Amino acid sequence: MTVLIDRARNALGPELAGPLAAFAVVMVVFGIAAPNFLSRATFGSVAFQLPELGLLTLAMLLPILTGGLNLAITFTANMAGLTLAWVLQSQGGVDAGIGAFVLGSVLAVAVGALSGLIMGLVIAYTKAHPILVSLSMMIFLRGLGEFLTRGGDVSGIPGFLARIGYSSIFGIPVPLLIFIASVLIWHILLTRMKLGFNTYMIGSNIEATRYSGINTRKVQVLVYTLSGAMCAVAGIIMLARFNSVRVGHGESYLLITVLACFLGGVNPFGGFGRVIPVFVALVVLQLLSSGLNLMGANQHLATAVWGILMITVMILRWLAGRLKFLNTNRG
Amino acid sequence: MADQALDGAASRPLLSLRNVNMTFGGVKALKNVSFEVLPGEVHCLAGENGSGKSTLIKVITGVYRPEAGAVIDYDGQSYSHMSPVTAQAGGIQVIWQDLALFPEMTVAENIAFQTVIARWPRLVNYAEMRRVATNALQRLGVTLDVDLALHHFPIAQRQIVAIARALVGQAKLVFMDEPTASLTQSETDYLLDIVRNLSASGVAVVFVSHRLAEVLEISSRVTVLRDGALVGVYPTKGLTQSRITELMTGKTFGYSALHRDLGTSPVMLEVKGLSRPGEFQDVSLTVRRGETLGITGLLGAGRTELALTLFGMRKPKSGSVVLDGNPVRFGSNRDAIAAGVAYLSEDRLSLGLIQPQAIADNMVVASLDKILSRGFISSDRKRSLVNRWIRDLGVKIGKQDDAISTLSGGNQQRVAIAKWLATDPKLLILDAPTVGVDVGARAGIFDIVSKLADSGLAIILISDEVPEVYFNADRVLHMAQGRIVGEYAPCATTLQAIEEAVYA
Repeated sequence: MTVLIDRARNALGPELAGPLAAFAVVMVVFGIAAPNFLSRATFGSVAFQLPELGLLTLAMLLPILTGGLNLAITFTANMAGLTLAWVLQSQGGVDAGIGAFVLGSVLAVAVGALSGLIMGLVIAYTKAHPILVSLSMMIFLRGLGEFLTRGGDVSGIPGFLARIGYSSIFGIPVPLLIFIASVLIWHILLTRMKLGFNTYMIGSNIEATRYSGINTRKVQVLVYTLSGAMCAVAGIIMLARFNSVRVGHGESYLLITVLACFLGGVNPFGGFGRVIPVFVALVVLQLLSSGLNLMGANQHLATAVWGILMITVMILRWLAGRLKFLNTNRG
Repeated sequence: MADQALDGAASRPLLSLRNVNMTFGGVKALKNVSFEVLPGEVHCLAGENGSGKSTLIKVITGVYRPEAGAVIDYDGQSYSHMSPVTAQAGGIQVIWQDLALFPEMTVAENIAFQTVIARWPRLVNYAEMRRVATNALQRLGVTLDVDLALHHFPIAQRQIVAIARALVGQAKLVFMDEPTASLTQSETDYLLDIVRNLSASGVAVVFVSHRLAEVLEISSRVTVLRDGALVGVYPTKGLTQSRITELMTGKTFGYSALHRDLGTSPVMLEVKGLSRPGEFQDVSLTVRRGETLGITGLLGAGRTELALTLFGMRKPKSGSVVLDGNPVRFGSNRDAIAAGVAYLSEDRLSLGLIQPQAIADNMVVASLDKILSRGFISSDRKRSLVNRWIRDLGVKIGKQDDAISTLSGGNQQRVAIAKWLATDPKLLILDAPTVGVDVGARAGIFDIVSKLADSGLAIILISDEVPEVYFNADRVLHMAQGRIVGEYAPCATTLQAIEEAVYA
């Protein structure tokens, strides 16, 4: 029995304690403050809002684990969404078939992966700082996208795509299913695969990892390519949910994804962090904003509360660290 | 203590400590320690890491407050504990290993800023700074350009600057923590001369060093600590390196040169005319299966560059390498590892191990393919591989998932060796494997090396400490300025002969 508990603890990691505690607090506080919080409607709205931010957070997570950052995630998602929209338009717009959707999605993921591949190559070979490289990519994609769309919306999406965006399988919204599947893939990648193992090592000390015979360039290139591909998945979901694409849509998610990673216990300097705690952190953020919404609070206020939550978590972590320090010192 | 002895005239001690006890979290760091320094003497404080040397220094400089009952007599005054302010005002100075200097500031600023800026009106007077700095350097018998930024100077001269800064603070007692750790032999000689000048001018120096040869050369008395307790105070006359080691570790080590018969053992590595311009020239060597080849020489002789080239991380300009009968040309260290070459880095902290990561992860990082099952990492395989190496190499750890940085230097080095053994190497290159490893733990490392050689591994052992290669290698190559300038068989040569050749 204790072995099982140990195993579970090892699989989930100590990072989970913080997000789970936050989850409990949010559930209890809103459960009391807002009588209709613990209802189907709340969880429905969370389930539909979670995937966009969640997929983008997964795209942010891998680069952060290597000690880098991908600031181009939202515009990569837009670019992938545009790719799919254009393929659908060229294949008959609202009358386009499933074949066009599949082709468009493959191309969209390819575009996302290409954006990541380019960043990865530049970062791995020139050793330029990921912040600067991804910032350049972000500005390039924004400019390119605005030029190609003249700053407007691209719409004319077949109806079945919108239905996918809002339909459910066994009561679970399709976007949420896609997100959960992505979380599981990322979890397996990071805990069971060589690439994941090397991602952590690179995040702690890239030179020592290279001296150990790891192809660190290949790891960096793959990490950013996967990050770009995950942005594309987010872009496709966004297209299905909004029935249109506009460059700049979802831009406000960018820094929230970074914060969601840190709330999930990811080390801002790389090397440490797990997927499941980040997932729980995302659920907490979404519950918080839904709960406030339910109580009639302004959407902007919800964002402010996110900020306060993050700061509180940082202070609590510091306190927990100090308590631990005092305890070990007393022996 | 039986060996207690005063050297020469019975002058009154400058510093005398009695009954010093310190406890940290249930661990007794100092147990009833006494310690004494005479005015103007050079006194060595010897002991392994964790023996209480640093704690004792911190008690004397007022950083730690000893438990009640301690008596500290310093310069005619008696204290129950020091404070940093009284220690400074009384002229006690410490030169820590990292020197705590400002590389971007000039020599004058580094030496004089405390004294000049600390005084009213807290304005910078450059002429005064220059004068103070030049005076301090003169007392040491050194001339340096005081207007040049510190980072232009080699580490030995920065050390001098740190000493000069201590002198400006009207030092009477200077503690030097491992001052020669990063110096070459000639730089060390230079520094020891400075220490003699300092002592001749009436300043007492307490010298903390791992290098026992210079302890014997410079000090008049040695205080030995072990596990927080005083072992004894000994006059340096009549002490030998092996005697100090025995006192520090409480163990006896029988040292003798190796006598292994390798005449018929097949050649594992054959290097012919290997060159990389500016690093090493025309290097030829062979290593047999089961043989340990020592390479020694001063820093900058091209040893590490040669090793990195054999490990595929640098490409040779010319020459050939034959490994186990096959000519090899490595595109990267991945090729080298696949071919059976392993390289233990001299820089364990930043290149040898991935410090914040887990012990287990560090052990498997170079051999991940061995713990895959159907393409996925198997935590069971990982656990059993790690357990095997921990047992085989006698690594002392808490949990496999603890960070590698929680281990002592000797245990970290064992993990680093295990990491490479897990790749099934044919040739193991050990570059300065005992840097930052205690004297007692060093013997353990070399036990492992000797067993590995006996099991048929070819080993190249690189070290700038000649005794290390003399006692642990079958043959010793002397490298200087990128060339191999001498070859010795330890069983047919004396240690002194090799040391003279290397340090000449």
